[in-house]
Amino acid sequence: MKLLKTLITGAALAVGLAGSAFAEDKLKVGFIYIGSTGDFGWSYEHDQGRKAIEAALGDKVETTFVESVPESADSERVMTQMAITGHDIIFATSFNYMDHVLNVAKKFPNVKFEHATGFKRADNVSTYSARFYEGRTVIGHIAGNMTKTNTIGYIASFPIPEVIRGINAAYLAAKAVNPDVKLKIVWVNTWFDPGKEADAATALIAQGADVIMQHTDSAAAMTIAEEKGVFAFGQASDMMQFGPNARLSSIIDNWGPYYVSRVQAALDGKWVSTDTWDGIKPGMVEIGEFSDKIPADVQASATAIKDAIVAGTMHSFTGPINKQDGSVWLAEGETADDGTLAGMDFYVEGINGAFPK
Amino acid sequence: MDLSNISPIALIASLMIAATPILIAAIGELVVEKSGVLNLGVEGMMIIGAITGFIAAVETGSPWIGFIAGMAGGAAIALIFGVLTQFLLTNQVATGLALTLFGLGMASLIGHSYAGIKPPRFTKLDIAGLSDLPVVGKLLFSHDPMIYISLLIIAAVWFFLKRTRQGLILRAIGENHDAAHALGYKVIRIRLIAIAFGGAMAGLGGSYLSLVRVPQWTEGMTAGAGWIALAIVVFSAWKPWRVILGAYLFGGITVLQLNLQAAGATIPVAYLSMAPYVVTIIVLVIMSADSKRASLNAPACLGRIFHASN
Repeated sequence: MKLLKTLITGAALAVGLAGSAFAEDKLKVGFIYIGSTGDFGWSYEHDQGRKAIEAALGDKVETTFVESVPESADSERVMTQMAITGHDIIFATSFNYMDHVLNVAKKFPNVKFEHATGFKRADNVSTYSARFYEGRTVIGHIAGNMTKTNTIGYIASFPIPEVIRGINAAYLAAKAVNPDVKLKIVWVNTWFDPGKEADAATALIAQGADVIMQHTDSAAAMTIAEEKGVFAFGQASDMMQFGPNARLSSIIDNWGPYYVSRVQAALDGKWVSTDTWDGIKPGMVEIGEFSDKIPADVQASATAIKDAIVAGTMHSFTGPINKQDGSVWLAEGETADDGTLAGMDFYVEGINGAFPK
Repeated sequence: MDLSNISPIALIASLMIAATPILIAAIGELVVEKSGVLNLGVEGMMIIGAITGFIAAVETGSPWIGFIAGMAGGAAIALIFGVLTQFLLTNQVATGLALTLFGLGMASLIGHSYAGIKPPRFTKLDIAGLSDLPVVGKLLFSHDPMIYISLLIIAAVWFFLKRTRQGLILRAIGENHDAAHALGYKVIRIRLIAIAFGGAMAGLGGSYLSLVRVPQWTEGMTAGAGWIALAIVVFSAWKPWRVILGAYLFGGITVLQLNLQAAGATIPVAYLSMAPYVVTIIVLVIMSADSKRASLNAPACLGRIFHASN
């Protein structure tokens, strides 16, 4: 079925290209998404970034996208098809597209590739990601203050460094304000399955969690939190409409400025392979408006944390921090280096359980 | 790990909610397959039911109208499959797969402006006296009405197939459509009715997903539930009661593994996630070990094209 889908999308792409073969001076920009543009989470925000390119650069560019592309050899076929049909720059927006991006990039040295959240680069492959963990520090602080049962539920997708980093950052921030706080983590082994995400939220709430965090792509957990009267945070997108009472704040991915600058660079002939990892300060990570359910003093302290991160006076991972096994990771006052963060494969001390390996 | 955190009653309630969409879709597909038609488009019919039910519920404010619209939507798209396979004699496997792709795309298209809207609440049963009983009340009398209806549907299908003349005719057509045709039964008409029923049930299961289980509309939200329903039909050896067993077992293990994780179980998650599928495979192997019995259960004309001139 996947193959069939890919063939169909491939054919659709080919047809689309034939129609626009005359507009050769336009720069063609392709996007592949892991989920649907209507997930109101991860893929939705990437698509907002694509629209930002169209809004900013108008006639100079033409953008196309293929959604729900599995992180398998299928993605390689979709990207190959894009390269063959004259795309100049291709954004691959999920972690496990990684090796497939590099394979395709090798075959098409003149096409530029941008891989989100990855770490493998080449002359024509850039990587970019956002420091979502900075956002996790802010919402973790809020969660630690808001939980009455001292139990925060966390719905996690896959045990990749980005997800583990988010768990650690959230836990450290919550623990800093609430020493008794416990983190219950459920791995759902998927980025997008609203039914399963909803079940996970139900399970966590049944076991005493009264604040839910998630690192999956749909708004299902927010809906369940709203129904059960507990708190949750918007993930990737604001998700306000799914939980007007439940939503405390959100981490919003804002890819637009980066996408526009990269496509502009390609237009100017100044595109070079780079690695970008931006946080709250450049605006790649935004913190959604605070709900008025958060007491004023907590709002103030959360804002202070956000401002300190922006000012560079605070880092999400500042020692002393021990690893889960009790060994020292960061000494007093020491901050984590990007290399360790990028490959983070351990929980910090205080988190129970083990992540799947 | 602290297992005392897991409340068995809450667990049962959530496993029923997780299992009901696939339970309803599977019983519909069972009837379709009993009539000798293999419709692999359950996923597509479910998602169409999810969105048509969602739209109707949001627009009218009544979840009940939503469920009816979900059934209508599922049946309508199933009839496309019916016309293609019964009159135009297309290959059922290919047409069913196409129906899934078509349904997913169609649902995204019509649901575009409905993402992010809250459906009307579907209230749980609250019978004075009964629902307040300790344990029993929570266990038996506090679910939403659709859970009881889904079990009633199973009972009705069992009664229909086993105890009525029409049920016998439907099974006869599934076993040997040429013989049934020779006896004067309207093979195509009855199969079309079965296909529409299967579509309606898939649509009902889909609308349960978008109105009760998640409750919201998101593109692609069935995420493979239709395929599970198809597997459960085989798992149940085409016996209605076993569909309950299959669906609750599958839903139960899914929910249990999430609860075990929340309770801090140290079992690797990969094993927990695959558990529902592994158990399904094991049961299938055990059941098919006796090859004579297994082949007796599958309708003999399943997936075969019927043409009156043959």
